[in-house]
Amino acid sequence: MQRRTLDFWVGLFVMTGIAALMFLSLKVGNLDTYGIADSYVVKGNFDNIGGLKTRAPVKSSGVVVGRVADIQFSTSTYDAIVTMNIDSRYQFPKDTFASILTAGLLGEQYIGLAAGGDEVMLKEGDTIMKTNSAMVLEEMIGRFLFDKASEDNDF
Amino acid sequence: MFKHLAASIRGIGHRTIEGIWQLGHATRFFLLVLLKSGTSFRRFGLVIRELYYVGVLSLIIIVVSGLFVGMVLGLQGYETLQKYGSESAVGTLVALSLVRELGPVVAALLFASRAGSAITAEIGLMKATEQLAAMGMMAVDPVARVVAPRFWAGVISMPFLAAIFSVMGVFGGYLVTVTFIGVDAGSFWSQMQSNVDFRIDILNGFIKSCFFGVAVTAIAVFEGYDSPPTAEGVSGATTRTVVTSSLAILGLDFILTAFMFRGL
Repeated sequence: MQRRTLDFWVGLFVMTGIAALMFLSLKVGNLDTYGIADSYVVKGNFDNIGGLKTRAPVKSSGVVVGRVADIQFSTSTYDAIVTMNIDSRYQFPKDTFASILTAGLLGEQYIGLAAGGDEVMLKEGDTIMKTNSAMVLEEMIGRFLFDKASEDNDF
Repeated sequence: MFKHLAASIRGIGHRTIEGIWQLGHATRFFLLVLLKSGTSFRRFGLVIRELYYVGVLSLIIIVVSGLFVGMVLGLQGYETLQKYGSESAVGTLVALSLVRELGPVVAALLFASRAGSAITAEIGLMKATEQLAAMGMMAVDPVARVVAPRFWAGVISMPFLAAIFSVMGVFGGYLVTVTFIGVDAGSFWSQMQSNVDFRIDILNGFIKSCFFGVAVTAIAVFEGYDSPPTAEGVSGATTRTVVTSSLAILGLDFILTAFMFRGL
């Protein structure tokens, strides 16, 4: 076979391969949403984070506004400190309410932000004061059984 | 009685020593190929010629199989997931199973039977017809001239073929679930993108396919170079290439998966 045609086909093959890798990393994977270009860091203390993982989305009204950057346990307050990177296009009031929610019945967990009414906005490094822990199914069932038992005792 | 026992023990010992000797022989040959690869990079035309035969000509089987594997995954995944009302997760299922496992493994198995056997048969036949010996007579090193370019062509093309396989599979899954069944296209892609991680899934799949490429082509060139120079010997070597490299792919896959996905 001619060297020129050979080069052409091999070049086409390598380009297809690289295009496939690019497609996998950008379209199938989430490399493009890996780092939000311009973001500020906000922290929140939660009593129980349930199954929240790093890189879980932070949503407000269902729109992804940021990602969970880090989760640590604090030995001074004995709760979880969740660090979030929030896109700096989105500013939230200081009394914003952060709760850990679940997408669907068995879906992944994310942080939902509900804006408050404060005039002052959250700044880099601020801590969200109002937080709501993740629902843990065992605790819910336990509470339900406990309530049921105390109801029965009323008779 | 005692004589028979001693003979059978000797038989086991002989086979063990033979096996280890063969393994050492293969390792030395592999190192020799690496040592003499300099020529294949100085004269890259040799590698390009092999890339055409090993990579470009394998494209059609990889593309078609990838498409069908993805379509089957989409159908089966939808069938099960819709029972739990989470058919939008079918994109995640298809992409994760392709990128992590099926892409590298099935592409490597196809590659071993499509290209590995061809490499073995070609080198084996060159040896049987004494072309390799003739090259040696002309002071052309057959390992540098014939074996190393084929080895590198296989190593280079394997990751690309695995990536193309995965992409075609995702496309096949999309075709069946979104176009035919009617799963929402937006949730198909967004669920996939939020659950497929670049480092954990795609990079690890890529690393896997690199390992498979080295294993398959190393086995193929060794079996070819080591084959007895007869028609029967070449056919036996070709069979051994396919069997050994398939087993090597599956074994390696387990070891790599155990290292990559433990405790995640």
